[in-house]
Amino acid sequence: MNVRPAQFLAALAVSLSLVGCNKSPSSAAGGGSDVIKVGEYASLTGKEAAFGQSSHEGTALAVDDLNAAGGVLGKKIQLITEDDQSQAGQPATDVRKLISDDGVVAVLGEVASSRSLEAAPICQENHIPMISPSSTNPRVTEVGDYIFRVCFIDPFQGTVMANFATKTLKLKTAAVLTDVTSDYSMGLAKFFKESFTADGGKIVAEQTYSGGDKDFSAQLTAIKAANPDGIFIPGYYTEVGLIAIQARQLGINLPLFGGDGWESSSLVSIGGAALEGTYFSTHFTPEDTNAVVQAFVKKFQAKYNQTPDAMAALGYDSLMILADAMKRAGTTDGDKVRDALAATKDFPGITGNITIDAERNASKPAVILEIKNGKYHYLQTIAP
Amino acid sequence: MTEFLQQLINGLAFGSILALIALGYTMVYGILRFINFAHGDVFMIGAFAGFYLAPRVAALVPMPSILGGLIVMAGSMAICAILGILIERIAYRPLRRGTKLAVLITSIGVSLFLEYAGQKFFGAAPRRFPALIPSYSIENIGGLSVSSNQIIVLGVTLALLIVLRFIVQKTKIGTAMRALSFNPEAASLMGINTDVVISFTFGLGSALAAAGGILFAILYPAIDPLMGIMPGLKAFCAAVLGGIGNLPGAALGGVIIGTVEIFVAGSKYSTYRDAIAFAILILILLVKPSGLLGKKDIEKV
Repeated sequence: MNVRPAQFLAALAVSLSLVGCNKSPSSAAGGGSDVIKVGEYASLTGKEAAFGQSSHEGTALAVDDLNAAGGVLGKKIQLITEDDQSQAGQPATDVRKLISDDGVVAVLGEVASSRSLEAAPICQENHIPMISPSSTNPRVTEVGDYIFRVCFIDPFQGTVMANFATKTLKLKTAAVLTDVTSDYSMGLAKFFKESFTADGGKIVAEQTYSGGDKDFSAQLTAIKAANPDGIFIPGYYTEVGLIAIQARQLGINLPLFGGDGWESSSLVSIGGAALEGTYFSTHFTPEDTNAVVQAFVKKFQAKYNQTPDAMAALGYDSLMILADAMKRAGTTDGDKVRDALAATKDFPGITGNITIDAERNASKPAVILEIKNGKYHYLQTIAP
Repeated sequence: MTEFLQQLINGLAFGSILALIALGYTMVYGILRFINFAHGDVFMIGAFAGFYLAPRVAALVPMPSILGGLIVMAGSMAICAILGILIERIAYRPLRRGTKLAVLITSIGVSLFLEYAGQKFFGAAPRRFPALIPSYSIENIGGLSVSSNQIIVLGVTLALLIVLRFIVQKTKIGTAMRALSFNPEAASLMGINTDVVISFTFGLGSALAAAGGILFAILYPAIDPLMGIMPGLKAFCAAVLGGIGNLPGAALGGVIIGTVEIFVAGSKYSTYRDAIAFAILILILLVKPSGLLGKKDIEKV
């Protein structure tokens, strides 16, 4: 029994000493040797494994490409990946290890905003630049001036879909069906409503559900009674699939549209034919005829034998934009790389030309996809 | 008015599934005086049994078809009847002489076991339930849209209720069930094999839950291992609302709770849809503790 507090104190002392000597090994190990160590924390297992795997594959492909072209600043890139198992609490441990044990010069991650928010304060404290590939919640980069992202944020996505609704779909009125248990859905719905109203549209019905619900017939019946021209559904794929099926059964043959939470192969397998003629905004399409994109799609298919999705493209861009900043800074020093990242302008990424704005968010175009015959089809690109 | 009628149709379809699950709760309570909390998860297993049976049945008869749908449903009901009997045999029977609380806690354990074993074997991600029967949308009957699935759910529920009523009222085993629920000791003195009757009750209730699971999956074709929790709790509320231990009461309670929930979900208070079943439960316990159709039961000390 007496051993326990002693063990605890010993563990505490070790962990404190690790936190204390963060800064020195990072610059020594990262800058002094013949490789540049870049850390990555990702959900390689657990409930968001599909997203994390995809993102990691994109980043790993970027490592190959950079090293094949001679590396950065004459050194090879070494990617050190930690799996956070899609678990809350794990990213903080992973990032502490990456910074203090491995001495990485920069950190990439994560897909989920909630987990990016856990790791961001640690990177900020240690003055290690962190780039999130695909966390769209505005709060992530608000943590501090070392935190960046390469994806657009939800206010932009809401505006894009509002403009698409009024200009392309020519909707005068719309209904909104929001998941009240998701920050992502609530935020996106709010920004959509603001823009749609500003564009001269009218929101005629607002209904809510809770993530995990199965029955939406009541909300859809109420929406049908309000007689809108279209329904905006800023949710995730499982519920969206069920909503589409039940809407069609109730005789609602209106356009349905939403955001990047739709992008999963499960969407079409659940929703099936009910999703014909629906639209969503996302970051990337492999159908883009741009030569840079096509080269990426080919390389990705050759390496992984599958077509890249938006998460893979953003994972690729996150490392590419870091390498670009290191080249311009001429060093791997955290402060100088941070300044170079903040000055990124019109970087030709796979997911469009990326400009980092004053809030360290990527200002870049969104693509809109249409679902036709059970497949995603590229419709248009909307620039900010 | 159109919207009201449409919501009523939606509510009846949803409520009749709750009614099927509620019957299982109420039958077990009527005979053993305990709540089988694993019942909602048997409902989930019913849906998954259908999920795995459907491709095998499709190899024999063309799907989607009425015949194929009936075969899948019968198969799933049989699987869950066996599962229900096994659960009672393994988990509850050894505790029958113990306190009521011990069996109750065990049923929560069985419930968690089924949920997490389900996640292990079926995967945690939602699966698309295959189309068992052809589905149409019948539109514009005075502005109303009724899907063929909703009609089938109502029809199958009604048919199962009639069959259940026949079994309980007219057959020998049904008479034995009623005798057991009236006075277990007297029943066994009269030569009724209580073990057989209890096993039969669990099998029958689980088969009804399986039918509910299949109908639920036809209406809402994304199934996952945790899908039974909420419908199970709401059906429990429905059983108490109707008067626990009373069969017509359970069916009535299911329809009432389902319909009220749909009306709440269609209003601006849709966030409270899950709370409404429990609010009704609390109200009924305050005003009429024996439920709508339950008789006043004086506990003998």
